[in-house]
Amino acid sequence: MRWLILLFVTWAAAAPAQSESIVADLSQSRVSITTTFTGSEILVFGAIKRDAPVEVLDPPHVIVTVAGPSAPVTVRKKDRIAGIWVNAAEAQIDSAPSFYAVSTTGPMATVLSHTEDLRHSVSKNRAIRFVGAADDGDPAHFQEALIRIREDAGAYALNEGEVAFFDDTLFRTSVGLPANLVEGAYTVRIFLTRDRNVVSTYETTISVRKVGLERFLYNLAHDRPLIYGLMSLAIAIAAGWLASAAFQIMRR
Amino acid sequence: MQIYLPIAEVSVNAFLLLGLGGMVGVLSGMFGVGGGFLMTPLLFFIGIPPAVAVATEANQIVASSFSGVLAHFRRRTVDFRMGGVLLVGGLVGAALGVVLFNYLKSLGQVDLLVRLCYVVFLGVVGGLMFIESLNALRKSRSATEVPKRRKHGWVHKLPFKMRFRVSGLYISVIPPILVGLVVGVLAAIMGVGGGFIMVPAMIYLLGMPTKVVVGTSLFQIIFVTGFTTLLHATTNFTVDVVLAVLLLVGGVIGAQIGTQIGARLKAEQLRILLAGLVLLVCAKLAADLLLMPSELYSIGESTGH
Repeated sequence: MRWLILLFVTWAAAAPAQSESIVADLSQSRVSITTTFTGSEILVFGAIKRDAPVEVLDPPHVIVTVAGPSAPVTVRKKDRIAGIWVNAAEAQIDSAPSFYAVSTTGPMATVLSHTEDLRHSVSKNRAIRFVGAADDGDPAHFQEALIRIREDAGAYALNEGEVAFFDDTLFRTSVGLPANLVEGAYTVRIFLTRDRNVVSTYETTISVRKVGLERFLYNLAHDRPLIYGLMSLAIAIAAGWLASAAFQIMRR
Repeated sequence: MQIYLPIAEVSVNAFLLLGLGGMVGVLSGMFGVGGGFLMTPLLFFIGIPPAVAVATEANQIVASSFSGVLAHFRRRTVDFRMGGVLLVGGLVGAALGVVLFNYLKSLGQVDLLVRLCYVVFLGVVGGLMFIESLNALRKSRSATEVPKRRKHGWVHKLPFKMRFRVSGLYISVIPPILVGLVVGVLAAIMGVGGGFIMVPAMIYLLGMPTKVVVGTSLFQIIFVTGFTTLLHATTNFTVDVVLAVLLLVGGVIGAQIGTQIGARLKAEQLRILLAGLVLLVCAKLAADLLLMPSELYSIGESTGH
């Protein structure tokens, strides 16, 4: 009997990962971009399912990341050449998400270890894939610049302590999607950490799509560009003529 | 009211766009310029991707120019013959310009070239116009009105002469075709209608009367920008029709108001105002090139090398 208890205690201490898992859902699994789209709030909520009582003193933490579709980008740096500022050096970032928000229950450093960040690519710096080839020998600056510019534009965000966690069981957070969204599948990842190690993960996607008029115009412009171009011209001519005619009537 | 633009993929305030369109439209109607040299940088500034801004602007210029030219039709201040000759050069020039633009794009520094083009052309044209119209204004103030005698320079010695009755000219078709060609190339590179170069070229190089110049320039711009719009729509898919509609609703109304204002002002006053405006935009663009930018880095789409 004694060795059984001992076994259980060591098992519980050694492998808490097996005993806890995340159950979660989103307030909406699709975002429709309409003409009057001004951004959207996604509510992420869930609970920690425990198969057995966990006797670890360190409190659990939750990290929620939302990532937009990734694409390669070029970051250019201006330099003064012959008195004028021109794009001189450039770096190719292999892949960077168009949108990236990280929400946590506490400061990043206390929630996740560096090793686990590397393994799961949680923080912004990890979400950007960059082999580090830059013209002027300081590739880190290009990545920092990319993050800085996107943060200023509201595309990248780190919301430390924004995840509400009740009784170490229920969690909830809302992630704001800006109006300038790119179409595609947005990946939502939820990490449960204990002692800065990831014990459980959950992943789902939000589908961001243009609908209605937006979808129609976008498709027309790409599938039938000539018709789209002629239509644009016709609208322009008609608007010009209408305005002119309206002014004629008004002046009489 | 925020509006999501389907091609630009950004959300912008609809009233801001209407206001910008209206403001630029007034200037367009007043001076016979398409207003692209003002609108394109303004669109960059409010966060429209440059490629979309340039292409959409071409479409918007079609509308404001068409609206403006109708007012000139009624006043019979359009020289169709001259417009047609300019257009021949303009269309060839626009096609050449697009080829040149794509070549420079492959070299990488197209951004800088566009800016330098703006600074050089706006500076030269604005400066010349300012000095000239200042002199003209001073002359017209002095009591003794000297009748202007048309100079007979090299322009009048070229072959293929043609009579342009509305302009009261009998000159060779070579200079107008060349003017159209140069403006066409610049229009395609700079994403503008080219009125701000065309108008002074018509006045000082061809010796056309100012009143006819505006209508004729608008007439020619419609076709050149229409052609450019189609080129952009079919090769780069960057014409945003929602953006264009918002800009042109403001633009066409503004152009009507502008034409009315323009008809009431004296030609010299009109020219000095346009010169001032051109120099102002030039100074702003030059400052951007010369002063240290607050953000040294910029993000572009991957060029894939």
